[in-house]
Amino acid sequence: MFEKSLKGKPAYWIWLAFLGVFIVIGAVCYVRQYLFGLGLTGMSRDVSWGLYISQFTYLVGVAAGGLMLVLPYYIHDYKAFGKITILGEFLAISAVIMCLLFVMVDIGQPLRAMNMILHPTPNSMLFWDMVVLLGYLSLNIICGWVILTAERKQVPPPKWVYIFVYISIPWAVSIHTVTAFLYSGLPGRHFWLSAIIAPRFLASAFAAGPALVVIACLIMKRVAGFDAGKKALDKVATIIMYAALINTFFVLLEFFTAYYSNVPGHIESLRYLFFGITENGHTYNNLVPFMWTGVFLNFLSLGMFAYLKFREGNDWILGGACAAIFIALWIDKGLGFVLGGFVPSMTGHITEYYPTANEIGLTVGIWATGFFVMTVLYKIAIGVEHEIE
Amino acid sequence: MDNERRKFLKIAGFSALAGIGAPAIVKLTSTASYASEQAAHGASEGKMAEGGSLQETGEKTKQYGMVIDMRKFMQNPELEDMAIEACINAHNIPQFPPEKKKDEIKWIWKTGFENAFQEHTNYHTSEEVEKSPFLILCNHCEFPPCVRVCPTKATFKMKETGIVTMDFHRCIGCRFCMAACPYGSRSFNWQDPRPYIKHLDPDFPTRMRGVVEKCSFCEERLAKGLEPACVAAVKDSGALIFGDINDEKSEIRQVLQKEFTIQRKPSAGTKPSVFYIV
Repeated sequence: MFEKSLKGKPAYWIWLAFLGVFIVIGAVCYVRQYLFGLGLTGMSRDVSWGLYISQFTYLVGVAAGGLMLVLPYYIHDYKAFGKITILGEFLAISAVIMCLLFVMVDIGQPLRAMNMILHPTPNSMLFWDMVVLLGYLSLNIICGWVILTAERKQVPPPKWVYIFVYISIPWAVSIHTVTAFLYSGLPGRHFWLSAIIAPRFLASAFAAGPALVVIACLIMKRVAGFDAGKKALDKVATIIMYAALINTFFVLLEFFTAYYSNVPGHIESLRYLFFGITENGHTYNNLVPFMWTGVFLNFLSLGMFAYLKFREGNDWILGGACAAIFIALWIDKGLGFVLGGFVPSMTGHITEYYPTANEIGLTVGIWATGFFVMTVLYKIAIGVEHEIE
Repeated sequence: MDNERRKFLKIAGFSALAGIGAPAIVKLTSTASYASEQAAHGASEGKMAEGGSLQETGEKTKQYGMVIDMRKFMQNPELEDMAIEACINAHNIPQFPPEKKKDEIKWIWKTGFENAFQEHTNYHTSEEVEKSPFLILCNHCEFPPCVRVCPTKATFKMKETGIVTMDFHRCIGCRFCMAACPYGSRSFNWQDPRPYIKHLDPDFPTRMRGVVEKCSFCEERLAKGLEPACVAAVKDSGALIFGDINDEKSEIRQVLQKEFTIQRKPSAGTKPSVFYIV
C-alpha cells in the first residue's frame, strides 16, 4: 500500500519537502550533539532533563490519545468513527516514533541503549516504559495495517486482529500510566510525587491526541477531499472538551493541595512556574509567560468548544479550539511539568533552564520527522479510502 | 512468489523480535530462579530473619557509613577544603570554570545548612550554623531510590559493603538516577571531562562523556585496606568518622550511640548512612 504515498499533488510534496528541511536540520544538530555530548544542550546538573524528555512525555500522551478514536468504534460500535479509527492508530504510530527518537537523543551513551534489554531491570519504570511503548507501537502497526488492507480488499478484517485491537485499548492507558510512574514515584520531588499524575496525564492525553486528529481532518478536507463526517468530528470535539475540563480540574486540585496545606515542597514548583521565585535579589521566572499563555489558551479553547455546543460553528472555530488546546496542553505537560519538577533543586537552589539553539533544532527535527511519518500514513489511509469509493 | 516473500518476511520479523527479546527473557527468568535459590539457601542456614524482609536481613551485612562532626569543621573550616581536594585528586574529578557551572561534577562539596537540611527549620538558626558551610555527599542509603530506578543496574548497592556505586561502562546516561536522588548527589558528564582534570591519577579511571558518576565511599581504597580519601585527609581532627554502622563494636557506632545526630531528608524513607553532629 506504500505506493499510495508516492503519488500526490504538488502541495503534498511541498509539505513533505518543508518537513524534510527540518529533518535535515535536526539530523545535523544530532551529529553535532553526538560528537560533543549532551553538554551542547541547556541541561545542567540541577535540571538534568530538558526539552527532549518533556517532549517525550507529551507525545506519549498524544499516542495514548488515539484511544479515544478507537474505543468508541470497537467497544461501543459507534459507526460514525469508522473512517477515523485508522487515523487514531496512525497517529499513535507517528507519536510513538517521536517518543522513541526523543529518548534516544536524550541518552548520554546511545550505543549502549541495548543494555536496557541485555540487563533488564523490572524495578525500573523506564524498563516498563520501553516495554509498553514498543508493545503499543507493534499493536498499532498490526491493527492499522491489517484493517486497512482488509478495507482495501473490501472484506471484513480477519478475526484474529480483533484480539490485538482489544489488547491495544487498555495498552494505550498503560503507556501513559507507566510514563506518569516515571515521575510520581520519586521521593523528594514533591511536584511529581502526586498520585494524580497518572489520571492527569491520561485526561490531557485524551484531549491532545484527538485534537491533532481533528486538525488533520480539517486540513485533509480542504486539500485531499477527505471528509471525516460532521457527526464524527462533533463527537470528537465533545470528547476533547470533557477531557480538557477534567484535566483542568486535576491541575486545580494540585493548586488546592499545595496552597491550602502550605507545605513548602508542594508550593515551590508551582510558584516557580506561575509566579517566579526571587532568591538573593534575582527573580527566576522564565517559564511564567509560557504557563499563563497555557492557562489562557486552555480556557479559550474550553470556551470555544462550549460555543460549538450551543451555536452552529464552523471549521475555523473547531480547528482553532483544537489548536489552542493542543498548545495549552503542550505548555502544561511538554514544558512546565518536567522542567518545573527540577526547580528548586534537591539542595534548594534555583537553576533555570534555557534550551540551546542546537537542542531546539534537534527537537524541531524530531517533530518534523513525526509529522512526516504521520503525513505519509494519512496519505495512504486516504488513498485507500478514495480507491474504494 | 509473492506468498513466499510474505512468509519469509513474517519469519524474519518474528525471529528478529525473538532475537531482541530473548536475552531479556532469559535474564529475567534466570535471575528469578537465582533469587529463590538464594532465599532457600539462606533459610536452610537459618539466616533469614522472620518475615524475611529486606530491612531485617539488611542488619546482618555491612553498611559503611560516615559521621560528619560539624563542631570540628566549624572550628577549622579549612578542613572541609582539604577533604574535598583529596576527593578531587583521588578520583580524577574534573574542575570546570565558573562559566561552565552547568557541567560541574561534584562528589563531596560544601553547601549551606538550609540547603543540606531543608526539612530542618532555618527559622532562627544559630548564627554559627547559618554561616558555616556543610559538607554533603552521597548518603549511601539503605533503600536508594537511584538504584530502584536505574534501567540497566549500572548503579547498584554492593552486597558486601552497602556502598551505592556505579558501573561506568554499563551506564547508558538516561539520568533517571539524577531525577530520583533526593540529595542531588549525582553528576552527569555532559561533555568529555578529561581536559578539565587538574592532576591526573593513573590509578583511578577517568570517565567518558555521557555517564553519571558519584561518591563511591572510595571502595577502591577500602579494598586495599585504606580509608576513604576525605576521611584520611582530615584524619588528625577526627571530623569525619567512617566505619560499619551495622557493627556494634565499630568506632562509628560508639559515636552514634553517644552523640545526637541528624540526617538529610529522613522523610524520604531512604535510610541515609551519613550522619551529622551539629
